[in-house]
Amino acid sequence: METNFSHRHLLDLHSLSSEEILYILNTAENLKEILSRPIPKVPTLRGKLITHLFFEASTRTRLSFEKAAKVLSADIFNFTARMSSVEKGETLLDTVLNLEAMGTDLFVIRHPMAGAPHFIARYTKARVINAGDGFHAHPTQALLDLLTVKQKKGTFAGLKVAIIGDIRHSRVAHSNIIGFRKLGAEVYVSGPATMLPPEPEALGAKVCYRLEEALEGADVVMALRVQKERHGRKLFPSLREYAQAFGLNTKRLELARKDCLLMHPGPINWGVELSPELQDDPRNVILEQVTNGVAVRMALLVILLGGGA
Amino acid sequence: MRIVLRGGRVVDPAQGIDQKMDLLIEGEKIKALEPELPSLEAQEIDCAGLIIAPGFIDMHVHLREPGEEWKETIETGTLAAVAGGFTAVACMPNTKPPNDNAEVTTFILERARETAHARVYPVACITKGQRGQELTEFAELKRAGAVALSDDGRPVPEAGVMRLALEYAKNFDFLLISHAEELSLSEGGHVNEGLASARLGLKGIPPQGEAIAIFRDIMLSELTGAPIHIAHVSTKLGVDIIRQAKEKGLPVSAETAPHYFSLTEEATFDYETNAKVNPPLRSETDRRAIEEALKEGVIDVIATDHAPHSELEKRCEFERAACGLIGLETALPLGLRLVERGIIDLKRLIALLSTNPAQILKVPGGSLKPGAVADITVFDPQSRWVVLPENLHSKSKNSPFLGQEMKGQVVFTLVSGKVAFSRRKIR
Repeated sequence: METNFSHRHLLDLHSLSSEEILYILNTAENLKEILSRPIPKVPTLRGKLITHLFFEASTRTRLSFEKAAKVLSADIFNFTARMSSVEKGETLLDTVLNLEAMGTDLFVIRHPMAGAPHFIARYTKARVINAGDGFHAHPTQALLDLLTVKQKKGTFAGLKVAIIGDIRHSRVAHSNIIGFRKLGAEVYVSGPATMLPPEPEALGAKVCYRLEEALEGADVVMALRVQKERHGRKLFPSLREYAQAFGLNTKRLELARKDCLLMHPGPINWGVELSPELQDDPRNVILEQVTNGVAVRMALLVILLGGGA
Repeated sequence: MRIVLRGGRVVDPAQGIDQKMDLLIEGEKIKALEPELPSLEAQEIDCAGLIIAPGFIDMHVHLREPGEEWKETIETGTLAAVAGGFTAVACMPNTKPPNDNAEVTTFILERARETAHARVYPVACITKGQRGQELTEFAELKRAGAVALSDDGRPVPEAGVMRLALEYAKNFDFLLISHAEELSLSEGGHVNEGLASARLGLKGIPPQGEAIAIFRDIMLSELTGAPIHIAHVSTKLGVDIIRQAKEKGLPVSAETAPHYFSLTEEATFDYETNAKVNPPLRSETDRRAIEEALKEGVIDVIATDHAPHSELEKRCEFERAACGLIGLETALPLGLRLVERGIIDLKRLIALLSTNPAQILKVPGGSLKPGAVADITVFDPQSRWVVLPENLHSKSKNSPFLGQEMKGQVVFTLVSGKVAFSRRKIR
């Protein structure tokens, strides 16, 4: 399947068509094979310079991008805001322009402010991939989640996806809602009402104030990491109460379909949003998500930097 | 010095005039206004095809001097004013230092005397340092020349303090201007709560926060009997509360800014920092309600909330970008769009831009009656131009309308009988 991917950057899923999303997923599926070779390395992006701009902590996303770049033989600059001139007050734009002047072909940016990737995309000649911006978007996470569901379920049409937790402050939830909806799934969200979106109709997800309503018959159940405080206010009274009222456990998962997928973008607070008994549950595909993360990022690097897969 | 403006269409809501007339200026005053003046010993300005209106008065601008002269100065801000047809501006007190004492008021008026192209009316702070706690010295500020009081940019957070301010203002016949915002709801917000916050992943500012604050200050006006003017109304909820207050006969007046009837939150969708403003651009429902309020008379004034910021404050991450946009040079064509669309007539537009603000601030102007000050705006309603940085006179170029075509442009602006700005050679 050939689709022209007409975008210079990957900033969010809003701007992509369902065909373009599927094109990325198919490319990822094709490239995933490389990862299981005895020597998982191809020369596709030799001579390309990828700069990782991480203004926020990250384990999975950063290392997954790094692995993807290394498999494709690209060179990598690993920039972290700490210990850099950002601490001396250098602006984001100046940082980007300087790293571009050193030959960067593509920026992977993680930033605490929504829209930071869109901002730099306006000024740099290099390509930009959003690796998470504020509460806005985390498109590569959503793509790896979509890939995981595609591999397990084959199709998206008619699937019921339940996302549980802090929807309001979750870029993962925002991108997943958009991605799953574009591919034809229904998305239900639930959690403490102080963490549900105040503008659900704009997001396109169905808001459930009763957790059971979201879980009932779900094909995919995704839990999100919760954080008690936002903007200096406690959005729920205690972690203990959260685990009791909104935490997922074996009993609650009985409401979902028997063959449902249990997902989590990580990092997990075991005992809060997920009960430890789910660690070895067969429905748990959390580590497969991580492997798919590498494949999806390889696909995006190849699509944006060319080189022909 | 005598000037005749000949053959223009005179629109003066104060006298109910909208017809072709000649206007004679002598010195600083309007001397005569007749359907046809005889040939006179005077400088003749041909105004055929142009509209002659009382000079516009913008009761809400930020001139940034003292303290942030890289964004704007009294000189450049008033040049932008006359280029946009404004013969007078009231400047808000959130300068650095803030205008919370007579020395700053005096400084502003002195700088205006030396450098300004238009009249400058300082608005002073309600509370010291705009901290919302202690009242400023109202008597001193009045004596120094402040025309009104506001903590603009910030509300007075406590109802009890606002009550004291409204009471004390009665001694000095001071108008209080309310920046209506419930901080505990807006804190951390960057865009309208609704489509924009959902789409952009930014904390939203709910319209109810503005409505709560408007309601509070209207209640305090009722409690104290002191008049209140509500600044930059952006919401349907706010409009509804003001309408009710006016029906009750409370001494309430209100303004909106051209961006609230011209744009919606959609303008922010691409993280466009020039569309970041406080209060934020709202929904289409709100935008329509503002239009309706301008038509009905619930909103009395169009003021620009001209808020210049340089690229330093705007070319950055959206969350880091400063709030505000420039408005002095686009207000007239944006207002004329309402006329063209049949929402209001030209007379109403001129009342919103000139007659009403003059009455609310109790300053000269707002009419072309013989004997009035010769503050006059002459514009071509048909002239088309594009908003480009090089066409703007403000030191800052932070307009969300950059690149857009406008219809309607000022040709001459006269302040105190002198040509303060002209786009045509005058013989």
